[in-house]
This record gives sequence, C-alpha cells and structure tokens, in this order.
Amino acid sequence: MSGEPVIALRGVTAELGSRPVLRGIDLTVHRGEVVALLGANGSGKSTAIRTIIGQVPASGGEIALFGTPRRTFRDWSRIGYVPQRTTAAGGVPATVTEVVSAGRLSRTRFGLFRKADHAAVRHALGLVGMADRAKDSVEALSGGQHQRVLIARALVAEPELLIMDEPMAGVDLASQEILAQTLREQVERGITVLLVLHELGPLEPLIDRAVVLRDGCVLHDGPPPRALGQHALPGHDHVHPHDEHTPLRTGLLS
Amino acid sequence: MDFLNYAFMQRALLAAVLVGITAPAVGIYLVQRRQALMGDGIGHVAMTGVGLGFLLSTSPVWMATAVSVLGAIVMELIRWYGRTRGDIALAMLFYGGMAGGVMLINLAPGGSNANLMSYLFGSLSTVSESDVTAICLLAAFVLLVTLGLRRQLFAVSQDEEFARVTGLPVRALNLLTAITAAVTVTVAMRVVGLLLVSALMVVPVAAAQQLSRSFAATFAIAVAIGVTVTIGGTITSYYQYVPPGATIVLLTIAAFIALSVLATPLARRRARAAAARRPAGDPAECAIPATRGAADEVGV
Repeated sequence: MSGEPVIALRGVTAELGSRPVLRGIDLTVHRGEVVALLGANGSGKSTAIRTIIGQVPASGGEIALFGTPRRTFRDWSRIGYVPQRTTAAGGVPATVTEVVSAGRLSRTRFGLFRKADHAAVRHALGLVGMADRAKDSVEALSGGQHQRVLIARALVAEPELLIMDEPMAGVDLASQEILAQTLREQVERGITVLLVLHELGPLEPLIDRAVVLRDGCVLHDGPPPRALGQHALPGHDHVHPHDEHTPLRTGLLS
Repeated sequence: MDFLNYAFMQRALLAAVLVGITAPAVGIYLVQRRQALMGDGIGHVAMTGVGLGFLLSTSPVWMATAVSVLGAIVMELIRWYGRTRGDIALAMLFYGGMAGGVMLINLAPGGSNANLMSYLFGSLSTVSESDVTAICLLAAFVLLVTLGLRRQLFAVSQDEEFARVTGLPVRALNLLTAITAAVTVTVAMRVVGLLLVSALMVVPVAAAQQLSRSFAATFAIAVAIGVTVTIGGTITSYYQYVPPGATIVLLTIAAFIALSVLATPLARRRARAAAARRPAGDPAECAIPATRGAADEVGV
C-alpha cells in the first residue's frame, strides 16, 4: 500500500465553460515528495489542483488519491487544502479559531468537537505562529497572517497530503519565510505536498520536483528549473505579475 | 402588563419571539455567504403560495411554506448551473412569484388584493391557534438546523471550496440552508409580512457585527436583538395602534444605527488595548527605518 502514489493523474482533461483548460495531464506524486506546479497564468495550474479536489469536474482521464479513484474517495481527513486566499471571505466576522476549526470537521462525527479537537486547533495555530491571535477577527489580519491561518486550517486535520494553490501570492517576504519554515517542519515529518507556485522563491530548497504546465499540457517534469539573470539574485523579491492581464493581488481579504 | 391577559396578545408575543429568534439565526448564514437579499426573494415567491392557498381553500401558511421551499430549491439550482445569468433568472423568479400571487388571489372565489395585505405586511393580532402550532413546529425545525449544524453551515458559508475538501456534503448543506430560509420566511410572514421578512433576517446580523469580532458572538447578539425588537414592536403596537410589522422593522434599524454609533468608541478602545499588548519593539505607528531592508527590494 505504501508504494501507491498519493496523487495519480492520467490523461486528465477539463473544460471551463467550453474552453479546454487541461488537455491530457499526467502527474504522479509519491509519498513524501514536494512537487511544485509551475506555469504562466492560464496554463491550467489552478484548474489541475481544483480537478484533483473535485471542485472542477474532469471531463476525461483518471484521477486517483491514495490509490482510490477520486469518485469513490471519502477519506478527506488525509488531505489538507489551502485555496487561493481570495476564496475565503465571509460577510460575517469570524475569529482565527473559528476559521481554523472548520478544517477539523473532517475528523469529527456530526461536527461535534471533543477536547482533542480543540487541542488540535491550538496546536495548528502554534505551528504557523498565530497562537497569540487566536481570538482576533480574521479581518484584522495582514495578507501574510491570513495565509498562515489558512495553512493552519489545512494542517488542523493532521493530513498526509497538503495541496496549496499559490500560498505565496501577495505575502510579504517576512511571512514567506515563516510559511517556508512551517512547510519545512511538515516536510520533515513526512507530509506530501503539491503546490501551485508562480515562482520558487523561499520554498526552492524544499522542492523535489517541478511540473511545468503550458496551455493545459505538461511541458516539463523533473528537477526545478534554475532562475536566471536578476531573478536568481539573492533577496530578489519577485512581486510583479508574469502576465500583463493579471491584476495584482492585494493582501486584503475581499 | 395587562396585555398578557388577552389570548390574542399571548399568541402574538409567542409568534413574535419565535420570529425574533429564527430570522437572524438563518439570516447570519445568508449574510455570511453574501446572499443577504435571498430572504426577500423567497418572500416574493411565497406570495404565489398564499394565492394558491386561497384558491384551493387550504391553509395559506402551509401552502406558502411548500411553494417557498420549492422556490428556494429552484434558486439554489440556478446558483449551481447558471452562474453567469443567475441574477436575471432570480429576478424572473421574484417577480413571477409576486405576479402569480396577485393573479391567483384574484381568481379565488371572493378573493381580492385586500386579502393579500395581511400577508404582505403581517397581521400579528389575527394569529390563530393553528397558526401558532405551525409557527412553533417550523421554528423548531429552523433552530435544530441552524444550531445543530452550525459548524458545518459555517464552513460551507465561509469557504465552499474548502468545505468540499473536508468531505462535507456541500450541495446538500446549501439546499438545507435554502430550505431553512424558506421555512423562516413563512414563519415570519404573519408577524412582519412577506415584504419585510428580509429586514429581520439581515438587519439584526448587520447590527450585531458592529460589536462583535467572532461568528458565535455575532449569532448570539443578532438573536438577542431580534427578540428584543420583536417583543418591543409587539408591545408598542398594542399601546400605540401602529402596525406591528413596520414597528418591528423600524426598531431593528434604530438598533443598527444606535450600535453603529456605539461601535466607534469601542473600536478605538480595542485598538488602544491591542497597542498596549504589543511588545515595545513593535510600535503601532509607522516608523521610517534609517536604511532600507531586504523586504523593501521591489523587482521590476
């Protein structure tokens, strides 16, 4: 069983509206691997991830999670998901604890919290260095702090696989370092990671393999590509978008 | 307190309190998912149910419940399948429901638009024994859902995509929210009327937000405001001969304004407390560093 890939995609296609976004993707992630999905905007990175979790239906191909076809996969507490930050904004104030608690539901029966569940929430907040903000409203947080809360929400179910969609977008350098540190600790514990990235940044040393997408096809699958020119300079904080059609993401919630 | 001696006032107060509890309890999830006006839409659809009740000489309350639940399900289906033109489809549902109600009630024997008035704006003093039974049953259902499933509904309303990955039955919970909202509309129909229902679902939540930082506190304060204004409005209308529905809604808006005014010094005090908690090396005010740090480097 341990030889089974954690994620296995074979010939996966998907459309958004009538536009084909994924045109036959093969992707395998093994236990303990850290795999980055790279590519320009519109290359299908986010769609690939959202197909894996079932938010976007795949029109063809096969998806398996932990060796089980995605359609029959029910063991959701094994997966922690960090969506792009823009999706998590409610019209009612909520505290950091309340948001992180939502991630624990996959471990509870009928949503009833026991002592261990409350402890897990506190522990997850500690992992991302947000324990002192537990009772604050998420609306009062900076972009980087908010991202840390979303990562705590994914980690609170103690998952074996972490799927993250652009965890570094709109996050200041200091918070990026904290996020990289949190991730490093999780990887050392043996967690498997699949993440969409715009550029490798401070996560570069952690990444085992990079899969580069272009126009919904896999262009490269292997060691992470080297940064070139000015992008390779240490301390280069790469904040501009790669594509002039992409609006800049601000650190605000909504 | 002589009003408590009258049976009609006892029924009116009971109905009012139940509405004061249930309307904000559902409304908070609608506000959280930014569908604040959904209650208003269901209210319009429920009018067809009232008309149908008159036409078939059955209970308008139960018929309105059936039709508005159906309408809420259709609205939820539109949200899934027709995201792009959703607002147009919803508009058709709203005004179709309203026109259907007016049409059906005029077709009913001896029916006229005058019959509609008590459903449009509420008629608290004419709440009957059977109305109270219906309202109690429906309110019990609403409370069971909104309190019993609060963690699940919170997760789905906060971040649908994430909720799906925790294995929650997102579609079923969305449908349940819509159905519960529809039931609440019919519970509140006799008290504040179909056209003012949405105010009791949304305004107490908005008012509570002025004071609270957590979802749980917002829920509790919103329900407290709901109960206060429904009781206050009912008693005021007993002494002053003013329509209870309108009184309740105006009181709710007054509560919102009062709390908004109160919230400003409260926020200031919280900011000061936060600044006091901050360690000495981390000033609340911006300080311009003498030299540029690594984080200032901006790529071109």
